[in-house]
Amino acid sequence: MTATRIPSEPGAAKPVRRPGDRIFAGSAKASGILILVILAGVAAFLVAEALPALTAPAEDVPGGEGLTRYIGPLVFGTLLSAVIALVVATPLAVAIALFITHYAPRRLAQGLGYVVDLLAAIPSIVYGFWGIAWLAPKLVPFYQWLEDDLGFIPLFAGPTSSTGRTMLTAGLVLAIMILPIISALSREVFTQVPALHKEAALALGATRWEMIKIAVLPYGKSGIIGGAMLGLGRALGETMAVALVLSVSGGITFNLITSGNPSTVAANIALEFPESSGLDVNTLIASGLALFLITLAVNMLARWIVNRRADFSGAN
Amino acid sequence: MSTQTTPTPSDTSVAAPEPRGRKGRLPGWAPAATFLAAAVVCLLFEAFTDFNLALAVVYTVVLGTIAVYLLSRSVEGPRQAVDRLVTCLVGSAFAIAMVPLVALVWTVVGRGVTRLDGEFFGSSLVGIVGEGGGAYHAIMGTLIITLLTTLISVPIGLLTAIYLVEYGRGRLKRSITFFVDVMTGIPSIVAGLFAFALFALFFGPGIRLGIMGAVALSVLMIPVVVRSAEEVLKLVPNELREASYALGVPKWRTIVKVVIPTSIAGLGTGVTLAIARVVGETAPLLITLGITNGTNLNPFDSRMATLPVYAFYQLTQPGVPPQFAIDRAWTAALLLIILVMGLNVVARLISRFFAPKTGR
Repeated sequence: MTATRIPSEPGAAKPVRRPGDRIFAGSAKASGILILVILAGVAAFLVAEALPALTAPAEDVPGGEGLTRYIGPLVFGTLLSAVIALVVATPLAVAIALFITHYAPRRLAQGLGYVVDLLAAIPSIVYGFWGIAWLAPKLVPFYQWLEDDLGFIPLFAGPTSSTGRTMLTAGLVLAIMILPIISALSREVFTQVPALHKEAALALGATRWEMIKIAVLPYGKSGIIGGAMLGLGRALGETMAVALVLSVSGGITFNLITSGNPSTVAANIALEFPESSGLDVNTLIASGLALFLITLAVNMLARWIVNRRADFSGAN
Repeated sequence: MSTQTTPTPSDTSVAAPEPRGRKGRLPGWAPAATFLAAAVVCLLFEAFTDFNLALAVVYTVVLGTIAVYLLSRSVEGPRQAVDRLVTCLVGSAFAIAMVPLVALVWTVVGRGVTRLDGEFFGSSLVGIVGEGGGAYHAIMGTLIITLLTTLISVPIGLLTAIYLVEYGRGRLKRSITFFVDVMTGIPSIVAGLFAFALFALFFGPGIRLGIMGAVALSVLMIPVVVRSAEEVLKLVPNELREASYALGVPKWRTIVKVVIPTSIAGLGTGVTLAIARVVGETAPLLITLGITNGTNLNPFDSRMATLPVYAFYQLTQPGVPPQFAIDRAWTAALLLIILVMGLNVVARLISRFFAPKTGR
């Protein structure tokens, strides 16, 4: 008899609350809340450990010129490398997503998707190894050409680094690492484009590209933007690949192909932390807190964009 | 290059009602032939200057794309020409993405196999200067830390997913969903700093423990587990739950005996992929575990070596003579790739073989 009164409405089904049910529901809810606590804890503990550096007098902070002068170049390097990665990866990722969803033979498409996803599976330190050993030396002649022929642009003023371990190389490695993230999300949106839209475009005599331009891309725009933002978040926080690939010295510069580059926040922490003690540790944690806040903002924005689209498609 | 040969099936329906006659169609083999011609020209050009295969391929793609565009423009008109141009560009974009994957695997395998021997798996680095030595301590460390991380993350992640799918309502559900998404974007180094800050408050700043690394990795792994488990649990048909309720089965037993067994394949795949995600993480372990040359199997006592950190230090601080340590570093990197790719394959196999039989 009770069965008729329990149709998947936990609120309505008051009569029997077994202890098993209560324990299970309670522990499930507790784990959910635990996740919120962990996230709050990440922020709280970082603030607690960063506090000594935030309040320390300027001359005690590494570099001797205060916290902002120490973190400033790092944040600049982080943003610069991430922006390079984003500029390179986004068009490429969208093209790859289009290739898999609309151009590749139907039977191959899923396999090709797996192959692109494999790029996301490779650990970041292996990308760093590869960046030093394979990519950087191969790029040196290209950088030389950039300096010779496009040196009038401040980005490529040179002098060219002889090892190739430059900001541009780091940005390219990051671009490869975020490529699968952006293309996975774009792919997902592109496959959801209503077939009617596409068929309507084709019926009006559009070529395949025109069909993509008027039916697929407008529909998938928020997916592309959201994916790009998620990729940006990943690129901002990426540590080991940058720590290995980027040759660090000097401060803020827009010159992408020299050996004197600002470091990034994450890479700087990884390289300096094991040898640090005392206030240096607190300073590094303060820079980590800055990184955490930046990535948090970027990710929340990205999720908001992606979820807004989800609301739209749900209404359709 | 085969991508350019695929004819555009949608075009046939377009060509018929073209009002201004004259416009012809390129035969299906035309783009392939154009690219072949471009390849020949570029190879000849490169053969007379100093030969460079990579440049020849780049020139071929550029020249071939332009040639196809111009040819199509003169025969089929500008719209078809742009369509063909985009086809070429999209195909090349995919090819460009494959270059790093192939080059990376090639480089790591090529350099890593030199030390892929018994000694590498059998010995640690205690008392090793120069030749020999292995990564036994690092491999064991990685296994222990990954196991601990899984033990922490899977129950929390799974229960949270169950809460979100089966129990959650209203604001709490929405905020958990949102913050789990946000948590997937936490930089790995920040997770490491969190674990360090947490333990440093209680044990002082010099602390390095295996369990710290597991906590740091759990921060990264939990959201991945939650997301994948949530997706899978949502797929379980509601009819199954209702049938169980109709038989008078309590809700928690329904979840344990009906919902989870139905989705076990997907859960297994999700957990395996989550493990693959954290097994190669370096930055948090660098901060929380440090490195050591000896074998330490107790995660609650002092420093431990792990494979990624081992690889990092062997490459960046090789000592003299450097070559032996660098070889060890590459072998460790190769081992990491094998581990991650192996886990990915296992995940796919789980979803293939343990999936519930749907339909006949």
